[in-house]
Amino acid sequence: MALRSVRHYPGFFSIAMLCLIILYAPLIVVMVYSFNDSPSITNWGGLSLRWYFDVFTGPEAPRFRAAAWNSLTIAVLAATIATAIATAAALAMLRAGKFKGRSLTFALINLPLMVPEIVIAVATLIFFTMIGFTTGYLTILIAHITFCIPFAYLPIAARLQGIDGSYEAAARDLYATRAQSFFLVLLPLMAPGVISGYLLAFIISLDDFIITNFVKGAGMETLPTAIFGSVKQGIKPNIMAISTLMLGVSILFVTLSYLINRKGRQSP
Amino acid sequence: MQTAIDIRTVTKTYGTFTALHGVSLSIMDNEFFTLLGPSGCGKTTLLRMIAGFEDVTKGDILLFGQNIAALDPNLRPVNTVFQQYALFPHMSVIDNVAFGLKMKGFDLPTRRKRAGEMLDMVHLSSFADRLPAQLSGGQQQRVALARALAPQPKVLLLDEPLSALDLKLRQAMRMELKQLQQDTGITFIFVTHDQEEALTMSNRIAVMSAGHVQQIGTPRDIYESPVNRFVADFIGETNLLEVEVASITGDLAQVILPGGHSITCSTATHDPGRHHLSIRPERLTLGPVGTGLEATVDQVIYLGTDLQVLVRLDGGTPLQIRIQNAARIEVPEPGTRIGLQLEEGAARLLAD
Ligand SMILES: Nc1ncnc2c1ncn2[C@@H]1O[C@H](COP(=O)(O)OP(=O)(O)OP(=O)(O)O)[C@@H](O)[C@H]1O
Ligand SMILES: [Mg+2]
Repeated sequence: MALRSVRHYPGFFSIAMLCLIILYAPLIVVMVYSFNDSPSITNWGGLSLRWYFDVFTGPEAPRFRAAAWNSLTIAVLAATIATAIATAAALAMLRAGKFKGRSLTFALINLPLMVPEIVIAVATLIFFTMIGFTTGYLTILIAHITFCIPFAYLPIAARLQGIDGSYEAAARDLYATRAQSFFLVLLPLMAPGVISGYLLAFIISLDDFIITNFVKGAGMETLPTAIFGSVKQGIKPNIMAISTLMLGVSILFVTLSYLINRKGRQSP
Repeated sequence: MQTAIDIRTVTKTYGTFTALHGVSLSIMDNEFFTLLGPSGCGKTTLLRMIAGFEDVTKGDILLFGQNIAALDPNLRPVNTVFQQYALFPHMSVIDNVAFGLKMKGFDLPTRRKRAGEMLDMVHLSSFADRLPAQLSGGQQQRVALARALAPQPKVLLLDEPLSALDLKLRQAMRMELKQLQQDTGITFIFVTHDQEEALTMSNRIAVMSAGHVQQIGTPRDIYESPVNRFVADFIGETNLLEVEVASITGDLAQVILPGGHSITCSTATHDPGRHHLSIRPERLTLGPVGTGLEATVDQVIYLGTDLQVLVRLDGGTPLQIRIQNAARIEVPEPGTRIGLQLEEGAARLLAD
């Protein structure tokens, strides 16, 4: 007997639709109302870009601009450093043979994915306080690097796992030093995974709220904390505009990451 | 003649498992040398140790007198053709071939020129700018060969390079490889588990099994004078019978076949007692009853170039015989009584 496709189960269509609506309706509302030409967030007053101009020139613009700059520089730095560490970790895990504590290392690398974010946030804050570190830009950066590592690690390790060791052996056989074999052969082959890991780390850093909010200290804002601060004084349509912008950046990066990964798979 | 590679009592262990047990081999300069053996016998392991990808647990490997056992692979003037070719997928064919030269520090014009010559040699000049993925398996194989030969290594290692090709191409490549070895004068160490490949290409063969070298010799030595049961059974087809040794004098033995017949044959053992006797099927001839050993035909199998005749000696021992499918051949009917003659060198007494 042929297996019935899951699509033909009773109620499949309605449940799928319900899930899609719950997931995407709020996002669609925010996106649509960001183009609303009315100071009210519920009444439609025609199409306009006024709230987008408001984000860049309005009363809250300097605050958003500073926060955006912090978010962006932290995301670039955290993603870069986390990717470098994740690449090194992947090489150690997959190319250094069996070493003592290999499984433990694997667990440690991926632990942050399993620990509730709020726990990490509290622990990180306590840690910084205990060692007497003043909270600010640097503490945010360090925290971001830490939780970005597993996200960068996953695509990099997945890619590296698919690369046969004979390429490096061939390079070494043809008189390449260890470094040459890495930079001329292995790294180009790993590149799709590395780029994908970088983009993922970047977007995770850019989006983070909970941990950042705990370790940022007074006066420091990233875009998510600035938005939260602004919302606390009441939701204005400019928040919808800035949220839509962030959503756009996220979608762009995730799509890029996906495309690069897929292209990499086609030509190993 | 100079010794190119001298392997001295090399042992390799992985944890508690011993992959090679004190292997010793000398490979001459300009030789086409083959490591032949069944899967898992340690051929690749030995090759990888010569290339430097695998540590030597015990023993030494000398390359033209220099001990290379502890050198990194990039410091050994030895190149490898990998089983799956391992062409760099992100580099064009010409860049792949020029890679070794680049690492050795040759300038761009020299690299281009030499890599071009190598591609000429393997008839792939028009494919220089393609990526490896845009080539057929046979073409990739030749690029791998050109890449490994371009830096002019002292020894070329080939790990079953033909196994991924189809039969016709494989047979053509055998001749091409052999020719290439003669033209370049580079020592080839070739790994295969295909005995036909080994016999047709090699100057000498080392037959291996379970981490031991069983026999080293020319294809003819190995085929006609196997030293033990493993070699006789692994190389070509043979009839193996257990026989009683009547006497051994020098290189000749007098043995008693299961039917009671007594024959004289060459021997690889000097111990009296029961041993195995190898009788090559193509060295047996059929004759009328009364000539040689008495037997009954069981079955005749048509193989195209040959006929395989399965007979049973009086006394019950089955034997297979190969006869050429010549134009005027009399095919014996099953059930016919016949006489069997052993040609010169048909039988050999083996050590266990
Ligand atoms: N890294 C390793 N760890 C443990 N055992 C290994 C390792 N590499 C090889 N072996 C074992 O050593 C033995 C010899 O392996 P090797 O690859 O040399 O065989 P081979 O003769 O090349 O066989 P094949 O014809 O199948 O390629 C095998 O039993 C294999 O399981
Ligand atoms: Mg092998």
